Amino acid sequence: MVTTVIRAERLTTKYEKFTVFSELSTSIKKGQITTIIGPNGCGKSTLLKTISRILKQQSGEVFLQEQDMKGISTKAIAKQLALLSQNPEAPLQLKVEELISYGRFPHRKNVGTLSSKDMEVIEWAMDITKTTAFRNREIAQLSGGQRQKVWLAMALAQETSILLLDEPTTYLDLAHQLEVLQIVERLNKEHHCTIVMVLHDINHAARFSDELIAMKNGEIITAGPPEKIIAKNVLKEVFNIDARIMVDPENGSPVCFGYDALPERE
Amino acid sequence: MKRLRKSPSVPFLIICASPFLIILTVALSILYGTKGIDASTIWQAIVHFDSTNVDHNIIMQSRLPRVLAALLVGAFLAISGAIMQGMTRNYLASPSIMGVTDGSAFVITICMIFFPAMSNIHMIMFSMIGSALGAGIVFGFGSIMRNGLSPVRLAIIGTVIGTFLSSLSSVLATHFQISQDLTFWYNAKIHKVDPDILLLALPIGLTGLVLALIISKSITILSLGDDISISLGQRTKWVKAISIIIVICLTGTAVALVGKIGFVGLIIPHITRFIVGIDYRFVIPCSAIIGGIFLALSDVASRFINFPFETPVGVVTALIGVPFFLYLIRTRGGERRA
Repeated sequence: MVTTVIRAERLTTKYEKFTVFSELSTSIKKGQITTIIGPNGCGKSTLLKTISRILKQQSGEVFLQEQDMKGISTKAIAKQLALLSQNPEAPLQLKVEELISYGRFPHRKNVGTLSSKDMEVIEWAMDITKTTAFRNREIAQLSGGQRQKVWLAMALAQETSILLLDEPTTYLDLAHQLEVLQIVERLNKEHHCTIVMVLHDINHAARFSDELIAMKNGEIITAGPPEKIIAKNVLKEVFNIDARIMVDPENGSPVCFGYDALPERE
Repeated sequence: MKRLRKSPSVPFLIICASPFLIILTVALSILYGTKGIDASTIWQAIVHFDSTNVDHNIIMQSRLPRVLAALLVGAFLAISGAIMQGMTRNYLASPSIMGVTDGSAFVITICMIFFPAMSNIHMIMFSMIGSALGAGIVFGFGSIMRNGLSPVRLAIIGTVIGTFLSSLSSVLATHFQISQDLTFWYNAKIHKVDPDILLLALPIGLTGLVLALIISKSITILSLGDDISISLGQRTKWVKAISIIIVICLTGTAVALVGKIGFVGLIIPHITRFIVGIDYRFVIPCSAIIGGIFLALSDVASRFINFPFETPVGVVTALIGVPFFLYLIRTRGGERRA
């Protein structure tokens, strides 16, 4: 039995006067990897930020485990839901381990040092993300791929059952993209973490997700399993491309191996 | 249990050594001045004060209040600067650059025109209102302008508004013929500090320091950026509101005490972070200590630059601060990191 962990109902979010989406509804299933895809500016990140309370919606509700998020304290939310935002910037003099330790913030009392439980979780987060080797380095000394893994480790240190990732692979090389997504997959499979992420690479989205949500111009065009979404007609509607699709014989997920732009439509 | 961080020995060393450093600074400041006074006279003035003795009066009415004011004001401005830099992630944020001190001096000017016999407590209150006004105008402009909250733009807006408020103050002061009284505020009247107002400033300063220490950990989280701060479950707006109130109270009190002094609030937090790292639980108390001692020593130096005449202490802090300011702009460019 698959249950819903996050449910957005008739959400409207604006940036000043510009309405990104209105009356948008969707739901995220427990224990699955859900990926939001769509062209630049379609509202993917805004949706992720709204369901993680970084942005405040104009109207509508977000339910976390069937509870209206407006009624839950922000600290209590932080124990259930962690977000890795796009291009986070840390003070460069910060040490890797220190940054990761801030992930324990929602679990700690206002005073006092890290408990042995905190330490354990931090070690676990570093272990999973393979960041233990450079735990004593400063953020300034890390490559882009290493930094992203450190941020991921900080989100993991929050010890939440839901993890939201906003373009976790952007600016990374092919190998590092795969490494980050494999960590995410492992969290989902071994630790039953519900994942919601925004990705630009539709092949990665197809390979690593149970569910895809395709957005365009602030609307959800369609949602469903990758086989249904990575299809000629959907990609035509969402990205305005003529895609050539086959099935990857290694893992059975649909792959777009080439595409052409379609003429501009009205 | 494994230790996570290297033990924070440097901040503890600074905090433990601070009483000795402060006593040393006070001693230096009382000993050296335009009129040489020997150590035994100082001792006599403290234990057997004689109101007919000129030296005793200089010590108790001028030099002691003066060094205490310098310590307090230096600490207030440094804490304000540290909080502003951490909260906004803007490495140029500080009370003098963001128009906070100019706002205070402006409102004090207006009050001196209309209520010349203002009591000390009213002066402090109006100065705080002025701080809020200055900060409000600068951040107001910053938020309506495109990218106006970026470090360099906000510094430009702050400087423009600050200069405007100070020009307006001097026009008003000239028109109402109170320029004489006001030059103190514009050249930092640290040598003429009133011991009564100093006693009022002490509890305000202590309250501000305690509040700043209470929210220091939240400021560290805030310095990671708003998104991360919210995501970690911090009530960001609440922390910012308290931070702003602390800055307004401390900077307002500092201006009411001795007038405008530039650069302390900018450079001290940078130097402190360089020494103790970026954890604001250490940055805030250490900034206070280093800021207070820095201003008190600048004040001592100000007596000897053009001996036997005194140079305004603001000139001394500017001599050190301006090169540092240029260095920050050159090395950190337009980056939005504090």
